[in-house]
Amino acid sequence: MAPALLEQPAGAQTAPGVMGPGAVPITLTINGKPMKVSVEPRETLLDVLRNKLDLTGAKRVCDRGTCGACSVLVNGKVMYACTILAIDAQGKQITTIEGFALAGGRPHPVVQAFVNNDAQQCGYCTPGFVVAAKAFLDANPNPTYEQVKDGLGGNLCRCGTYVGVRQAVLEAAKAMKGGRNA
Amino acid sequence: MQPFEYASPKTLKEALALLGSAWSDAAVLAGGTDLISLMKDEVMSPKRVVNIKEIAELKGISKTAAGIRIGALATVDEVLSSPLIRASLPALTEAARGVSSPQIRNMGTFGGDLCQRPRCWYFRAGFGLIARYEGKDLVAEGDNRYHAIFGNGPARFVSASSFGPALVALGAKIRIASPSGTREVDAEKFFVSPTSSDVREVDLKPNEILTEVIVPVTGAKNATCEVRQKDALDWPLATASVALTMKGTAVASARVVLGHVAPTPWVSAEAARAIEGKAVTAETAEAAGKAAVAAARPLSMNAYKVQIAAAAVKRALLAAAGVKA
Amino acid sequence: MPEYRWPEMSKRKVMGKRLNRLDGIEKASGRAKYCSDINKPGMLHGATLVCPYAHARVKSIDTSEAEKHPGVAGVHVVSPPGTEIYWAHCEVAFVAAETELAARDALKKIKVEYEVLPHVVHEADLKKVQDRAKAAGEQIEGDPDQALKEAAVVSEGFYGIPVLEHCCLEPHGSVVSWTPDNKVEFNPSTQAVTSIRGDMARALNVPAANVHVHQDHIGGGFGSKFQPDRWGEAAARLSKAAGGRPVKLFLERNVEQVIAGCRPSAFARIKLGATKDGKITLWESQSWATGGFTGGGSPPIPYVYTRIPNQRKNHSAVSTNTAPIRAWRAPNHQQASYLTCAAMEDLAAKLKMDPLELFLKNVDLTARPDTYERQLKKAAELAEWKKLWHPRGDSGRGHLKRGLGIGVCTWGGAGHDSTARCNIHPDGTVEVELGSQDLGTGTRTIIAQVAAESLGLQVNDIRVKIGDTNYPPSGTSGGSTTVGGVSSSTRKATINALTKLFEEVAPALGAPATELEAVDGKIQVKGNPAKSLTWKAACAKLGVKTISETGQNIPRDAPKEGLNTGGVGGVQIADVTVDVETGVVKMNRIVAVQDCGTIINPKTAESQVYGAIIMSICGALMEERIMDAVTGRMLNNEMEFYKLAGIKDIGEIVVHLEIDEINDKRGVIGLGEPPAVGGIAAIANAVANAIGVRVPLVPMTPMNVLNALSGRMS
Repeated sequence: MAPALLEQPAGAQTAPGVMGPGAVPITLTINGKPMKVSVEPRETLLDVLRNKLDLTGAKRVCDRGTCGACSVLVNGKVMYACTILAIDAQGKQITTIEGFALAGGRPHPVVQAFVNNDAQQCGYCTPGFVVAAKAFLDANPNPTYEQVKDGLGGNLCRCGTYVGVRQAVLEAAKAMKGGRNA
Repeated sequence: MQPFEYASPKTLKEALALLGSAWSDAAVLAGGTDLISLMKDEVMSPKRVVNIKEIAELKGISKTAAGIRIGALATVDEVLSSPLIRASLPALTEAARGVSSPQIRNMGTFGGDLCQRPRCWYFRAGFGLIARYEGKDLVAEGDNRYHAIFGNGPARFVSASSFGPALVALGAKIRIASPSGTREVDAEKFFVSPTSSDVREVDLKPNEILTEVIVPVTGAKNATCEVRQKDALDWPLATASVALTMKGTAVASARVVLGHVAPTPWVSAEAARAIEGKAVTAETAEAAGKAAVAAARPLSMNAYKVQIAAAAVKRALLAAAGVKA
Repeated sequence: MPEYRWPEMSKRKVMGKRLNRLDGIEKASGRAKYCSDINKPGMLHGATLVCPYAHARVKSIDTSEAEKHPGVAGVHVVSPPGTEIYWAHCEVAFVAAETELAARDALKKIKVEYEVLPHVVHEADLKKVQDRAKAAGEQIEGDPDQALKEAAVVSEGFYGIPVLEHCCLEPHGSVVSWTPDNKVEFNPSTQAVTSIRGDMARALNVPAANVHVHQDHIGGGFGSKFQPDRWGEAAARLSKAAGGRPVKLFLERNVEQVIAGCRPSAFARIKLGATKDGKITLWESQSWATGGFTGGGSPPIPYVYTRIPNQRKNHSAVSTNTAPIRAWRAPNHQQASYLTCAAMEDLAAKLKMDPLELFLKNVDLTARPDTYERQLKKAAELAEWKKLWHPRGDSGRGHLKRGLGIGVCTWGGAGHDSTARCNIHPDGTVEVELGSQDLGTGTRTIIAQVAAESLGLQVNDIRVKIGDTNYPPSGTSGGSTTVGGVSSSTRKATINALTKLFEEVAPALGAPATELEAVDGKIQVKGNPAKSLTWKAACAKLGVKTISETGQNIPRDAPKEGLNTGGVGGVQIADVTVDVETGVVKMNRIVAVQDCGTIINPKTAESQVYGAIIMSICGALMEERIMDAVTGRMLNNEMEFYKLAGIKDIGEIVVHLEIDEINDKRGVIGLGEPPAVGGIAAIANAVANAIGVRVPLVPMTPMNVLNALSGRMS
């Protein structure tokens, strides 16, 4: 269940205020930090992350909510940033790969497990897989092999790294239980 | 994507006031998994987008006197993980499971699933619901492998809804609000086959919002079987949802509804007749599957879908009755 | 002449180890910057206007409104009035603007009038393509007519395999600036860092020395990213027009899917003749393929079993109004493997013979009989062939039918022309520099492993610098030649540098330079750890001098040096289950046995094979370009309908690399392509084995499977 949202929408108008179609100032909470940015209502969260905030870990691949390369966490749940309007992401906790992959200067167990199991080749889909895997493991700390496959059904890879990804997620589950970086 | 105004009202009343009298005036945004792509492709270019996700009254799944109420904003994931739904409406649980991307399950909403536009590639390329180009019937003359095998013409797309067939089978009511009040529509009547590219494939007006769905809990055994090529995110080639009222070991009455085979969920009275009065066995289920597709009229490339639809009906019946094939 | 040969397998300390890729953390953490991730100050964004018609002539084009659009810096027309356009989604004009939104909005304001011309976009039915087919002329070997008369069994079949799209996840494009001093800074997504400089220089008519190319990472290429392309050139021209501001121009997905690379199709009617006991005596084929408007795409058939004594071959290239082909991971080999192996298993079925036996019985018709015999047997063992194979169609009751099938592959490989430079600094740091690129194969990592092996160091002691034209020229990453090339040049450069270092430290160790060795972080007198200097102490003897030595791999000299070589075989066996009520094919397992030469990093080498097999699964079961007859456009140019396997769709994959002393002595052979060849054939044959009939058309979608089962031809 999404928590009730109490924040005021951006802009000076009060609800049911109408914003745009020109650019409006908004504040996004990204990786725990408020970020002010001016966007048109039609800009996606992905394009704002990549073009305006230089957060390029999320990639633009299918741009139609199919491939998962743009995966981010919104209030802890994995979603496709290409299919969220930036203006609609106000007031939510947005976590990108940059927010946790190397937090504290150490690779997150999921990142390390992806490297250990060579779960990447060209690497373009990889940050999206890592984000999806993190969300999956946060919700399913003791997954079976079958559950891992279900949990990553929303991401695609062209180089064919799925064998490594399956192993990596299982390894990360163990590492995270060990409390190494949980 | 064309520019648009954006509003994010907190109440249904405010939201309704922000909609217009024409489809081009405003679009309702919930999960966005369909609308954002449609706007990127400029298949839809509303002047205003009304985000309804902050309207609390549209959320939640609960038990009511009339049945289980599923708010328009309940996510696919909430439907999938609802014990209430699993206990009495497994046909919906299975339909939710078929949405095999966690991202889509987290974003996509129940109401959005019912209102999503067809995936027909001609529609998505801007040729309209009826898909005509220079007088030619693009679907009939072109690549129709994923198109309708029932109810063909003039629309030939297939209803994309995952939950639609189950709701029709279960006799659900769809509640719709407009500035002038609310109305309730039978799920079966909610989906319509459009006769022109200017109208919608669901019974909604531009100034209306689907608010919730009430699914009666009748004790009918129910199940959904989706046939998809991929286990990962993919659209079904055919779906069947069934609801069976049993009398002893025999089926007293049945609702058999096919999905992804027609511009609407397709009710098969033939299949229901074939199974009624009989116990569900591999043989009777197979016969019902055959009956379900006896009147199918496939296009040039999709005769294979007739076979798949028959298999889906058979499997859904067996699943509902708890019979192993 | 220094000794460059690889150390003996048993004595290697870094090569041959399963090390993590060195850029793994950077990539998995999202920090790696691909060219499509680059944001530069003052950067403009580009957008591409494409033609909606498959065949048309541009009558007029009016860019005035677009130029006036707020934020637009320039419009560059590449299809001026009079231009004939031969495929839909062909580029017409490009716009650069302050934002992506402005660039895209401006595109809509460009007014183009077209004269629409007739098109042909389908080639599967040769009768319908009329004069678009060009026959290549008959090729005859032996006496096919006589062989046909004498054959005890003749099997005939029709087979087709479609056009596929490269679908690189990072789209094609670049960031480029062309400044008023006539210098070009170019950040393309490319498989060819070194050679794309010259290509760009020619396109822009500037001296090659004025073009600087830099790329850290590439998000997939698969053979489609060698050239600057029209969009790269256009971005440069838009930059120049904007006074040198950088322009970022990458294709949007629905354009990328159409024009940025595809694999040719292949169709054939094939007749195979054999003796009663299964010796193949005859091959006859009537084949055709399209590679786009200019034709192209000729599969080398019969494949692997090339020495069938009597052959008659007729091939036609079909010109269609579709986007041009580009090199594809093992160009034309998948098609040839499918056509040949499918025909062979159909022959086996007609002979009522186990196809494994047929493939084995005829290995003398291949260029590597011993290799294929060994591999067929190994693959059969790993796939439990004896236990699981059954005569075609004899798969029991029930709707789930299991089957096994065989595919074979061959490839060249070897090493491309590559120069590496090794710098040893007085503080002990080591750099290895090459104008190469890491496609995800682990190029950086294997370079470091080779350098560390040569210098007696660890991989973390080596700084690998690639992806820049300031480094020595290195070949394009195509044909599985990168690892062979860069490992050999790195080996030579590091040995050359080490030889210099020995000369510098010889006096201090009181031994001739030729008597020194680099072992475990030390320079020592051979076999005498007591007379040694640490690496750091040895390098300190350089004073202020940096050693900088190069080494080159020259393909024509490589065979005698023994560092790399070409020519491999491989066998894939697939195990599938087909639901005959729905036509859905599920992978149970696929086994890949691959001949591979010297393996520098088994972990990344195995990844290549896993990836190649998964690509084969996509190609066998899901992928195809779907064209619309009426509009002439591609219908599935979004990834939602251009289906790729997900993590749940691949079954189990068993990789067996033939890593052993004998293979190792051959030197490094590329591995990217060969295992990507035979999987499609293996899966197709497994499906036929399961359901008892041949599904002639790949991919084996539910449509094609059920059509075959029901005797419908689609």
